[in-house]
Amino acid sequence: MIDYTKILSETVQEIKPSGIRKFFDLLNDKKDVIGLTVGQPDFVTPWHIRVAAIESLEKGKTYYTSNSGTLELRQGIAAYNKRRFGLDYDPVSEIVVTVGGSEAIDLTLRALVSPGDEVIIVLPAFVCYGPLTSLCGGKPVFIYTKEENSFKLMPEELKSAITDKTKLLILPYPNNPTGAIMTKEDLEPIADVLRGTDIMVLSDEIYCELTYGHNHVSIASLDGMRERTVITSGFSKSYAMTGWRLGYTLAPAPVTKQMLKIHQYAIMCAPTVSQFAALEAINNGDNDVAVMREEYNRRRRYIVAELRELGLDCFEAEGAFYVYPNVSKFGMSSEEFCRRLLNEKGVAIVPGTAFGEGCDGYARISYAYSVDHISKALSRIKSFISEL
Amino acid sequence: MIELLKLLENDARLSHEQIALMLGKEVGDIKKMIEEYEKEGVILGYHTEIDWDKTNREYVSAMIELKITPQRDKGFDHIAEKIYNYPEVESLYLMSGGFDLAVFIKGKTMREVAFFVAEKLSTIEDVISTSTHFMLRKYKDNNIIYGAVPVDERGIDF
Repeated sequence: MIDYTKILSETVQEIKPSGIRKFFDLLNDKKDVIGLTVGQPDFVTPWHIRVAAIESLEKGKTYYTSNSGTLELRQGIAAYNKRRFGLDYDPVSEIVVTVGGSEAIDLTLRALVSPGDEVIIVLPAFVCYGPLTSLCGGKPVFIYTKEENSFKLMPEELKSAITDKTKLLILPYPNNPTGAIMTKEDLEPIADVLRGTDIMVLSDEIYCELTYGHNHVSIASLDGMRERTVITSGFSKSYAMTGWRLGYTLAPAPVTKQMLKIHQYAIMCAPTVSQFAALEAINNGDNDVAVMREEYNRRRRYIVAELRELGLDCFEAEGAFYVYPNVSKFGMSSEEFCRRLLNEKGVAIVPGTAFGEGCDGYARISYAYSVDHISKALSRIKSFISEL
Repeated sequence: MIELLKLLENDARLSHEQIALMLGKEVGDIKKMIEEYEKEGVILGYHTEIDWDKTNREYVSAMIELKITPQRDKGFDHIAEKIYNYPEVESLYLMSGGFDLAVFIKGKTMREVAFFVAEKLSTIEDVISTSTHFMLRKYKDNNIIYGAVPVDERGIDF
C-alpha cells in the first residue's frame, strides 16, 4: 500500500478542508429543512444573456480566445467600470478575464506573494483567502473586524497588523458574510496607512453591484491607490451568473503581465461561451442588475426588521445578500446554535466560525431566497428562540 | 406607489406588515394605501394562479376574434358590454389590427364553446364574423411559467 501522506504535497495536506463541510454533511439526511445557507443568487441568468451564449454556440464560436479574454469583452469590462465606478483600466494591458472571481483571487496571490510574505486577511470573509495564501508559501495574518465598527476595517487595526514582511492586504467589501460595506470615508484612512508603502491591496469587489443606499466605491479610485491595487470582480453575483464561472482582474500593467503568465499556463483562457454571455451582460445588463438589487433590498429590509423583532441583534447590512446576526446572548457557540436550530426546527444557517476561527457569536443568513421561503424560515427561528 | 402594486401583483398573500418592512414604510400607511387603491378600483381583486391541467377539471379555452361594425354614437363599448356580461367570457379586449374584439372564454367541451359562439356571439347585431381558436396548451401566464415546478438545485459554495 502506498502511503500517500508521504507522497502528497505537505503544503496541500496542511490546508484544512473547509470546516463548514462537516456542518453541511448533517443536512444530507434531513428532510423538511428550510435552508438559508446559499451564497448565490436565486435568480436565473437573464434570458437575453443566455441567448447570447446560445447564439455563440450556434455560430460555432467554440475556439480558445486570446489568453486574457476577447478584446471586446475586455473593452466592455473597461467601459462598465468607468461608467459605474469611475475606474480607468486599459483593456489591452490591464485586464484579464478569469474563471470566476476565485481564479482572479488566486492569480493575484500567486503573482504577488513569495514564500514568507505576510498577507493581511480581513475576517470574517469568504473562505478562500487563507488557504490560497498558504499555497503560495505566504503567511496569513488575520484581522477580525468588529460589530461595533460595523464590521469595517479600522486603520489602527491595519497599522498594528503591518510588519516589514507585509506584502498584501485583502480587502473583501461588500463583505460576505457580514454584509458590511466600506464607503469612501471609511476607505480614505485605510488608504492613508498604505500610501507610501510597498503594500499592495487585493480588493475583492465581487459584490460591487449589491449595495443598498450607497453606490460602491473602489479603493483603487482613491488618490494614489490605483498603482497598489488589484481589483478582482466578476459576473456571478451581479448578473446571477455563478455557474458560468466568469470573473476578471483589474491591475496595473506590470502586475497584469505576471498574472497573465500564470493564467496562460494554468487555464489558457476563460470558457468562450461564458465570455459571450458576459459580453451581453456587461453591455446590456445594467437594468437586470437594478431590478435584482431592488428585490434584494426589499428582502434585506424585511429580514433585518424581522430578526430584530425576534430579539436577535442584527447589524444593519448594507451590501451583498447576507445578514449576520449576533447570537452570542443565548449562551452557546454559534456552531451549537446552528446545529440545534437545524435539529430542532429544521432551519439551516451558517455559523460564523465557517468564515474564520475567531468569528464565534454570529451566524450568516442568506436572503437569496423568496420572501415566502424566508418568512417560513423566520417563523421557525422565532419558535426556536422562544423555547431557549 | 407602483412598487407596492407590483409586489401585490406578484404575491397577493403578502401581509401589510411584510410589505411595510420590505418597502421601509409604516404598516398603517401601507394599509391605507391598499384600501385607497381598492376604493379607487386600481386594485380590482386577488387571485390564485392554478394550473387546471393538473386537476381533473374538464375544460377547454378558446380565443374568439370578432369583427364588428361599430354602431353610430356608441362605438365598441355597447357591443363589448353585451359580450362581457356572459359569465363564460373570462376576458375581453378591443384590439388594433385585423379584427376588433378578442374574447377569451372557457367551456366544458369544444362543442359547448362552439355553440356559445354560434348562438350567443355571432347572433349579436353588428358582429360581421367570428373566428374561434382553441388553446392547446398554456406555457406562461401572469409571468408564471406553467409545467415545471422549480427545484432549488443551487450548490453550496464553500
